[in-house]
Amino acid sequence: MAEATAAAHADEHHYTSTGLDSWKVGFWTFIGSECLFFASLISTYMVYKGSSVQGPYPPEILNIPLTTFSTFVLLMSSLAMVLALDGVQRGDRKLSMIWLAGVIVLGSIFLGCQVYEFNEFVHHGLTIQQNLFGSSFFVLTGFHGAHVTVGVIWMTTLFILAARGKLAPSDALKVEIAGLYWHFVDIVWIAIFVLVYLIQ
Amino acid sequence: MSADVTQSTHGHEHGEAEEHEGHASVKFYWMIGGILAILTAMEVAAFYMDLGAVEAPFLLTLSAAKFALVVMFFMHLKFDSKIFTGVFMAGLVLAAFMVTALVVLYHVVPAYR
Repeated sequence: MAEATAAAHADEHHYTSTGLDSWKVGFWTFIGSECLFFASLISTYMVYKGSSVQGPYPPEILNIPLTTFSTFVLLMSSLAMVLALDGVQRGDRKLSMIWLAGVIVLGSIFLGCQVYEFNEFVHHGLTIQQNLFGSSFFVLTGFHGAHVTVGVIWMTTLFILAARGKLAPSDALKVEIAGLYWHFVDIVWIAIFVLVYLIQ
Repeated sequence: MSADVTQSTHGHEHGEAEEHEGHASVKFYWMIGGILAILTAMEVAAFYMDLGAVEAPFLLTLSAAKFALVVMFFMHLKFDSKIFTGVFMAGLVLAAFMVTALVVLYHVVPAYR
């Protein structure tokens, strides 16, 4: 009986020869590759920094108060994410639903700020074709925004699972992996906020 | 800080749920969230104060501290297997090298400027 339970448990978690869960090893590898993906976009932005021959230029157009707010929102969404994981691990359905909803709301606020910012830039004449700053800025922050969007959709599916009572402590790994993705998106923004917005 | 972490990381030994092994306490997570908010406020304050030559290194240091806090505690790398740290650091170090190399090549080396 105990052997059968252990076998089912091992099968569910797909342990590798290292004793680590293969999903988690695979996801950390994916995060490592994502580091290189965003590094290539950040490099492009940095290389072309100050090379635009026509405006609008970064100091004229970047909205620091708005971006500070959205940065704070994204950081707090990471806190909500880790608290949601804690709720799932404890088997506290209500708590996990509250914090997952928090991640979804905060992630959506961040996306709303980004849509507002992009819209303002276009109204001020900065499009993706306008200059090198516009091209590299929209590609970098646009890809980040796309990652946040995927994260919000992922969190919404987890919220639905929790609401249906299908997110037990034994499913904590699903939430942990989603959390790794969400925190990664957060650390990428930590780098973007400083390199793009604050060091002009 | 360490007491909160130690208590929870050894939760298994003390009979707490097995799922909590290797993770910090809720109070500790809130504290990390507070520190992240304070570091962000310091970054923005430094931006508006215009610190001159030290501004960029100062901002990069604060940013690196925020990055490390999220990775170590929210992503649990501090409590997880060192293999995960190795896998992540391999990508991160390569990425940092690539950004540095390209920035130096295009902004410092005269032939490319």
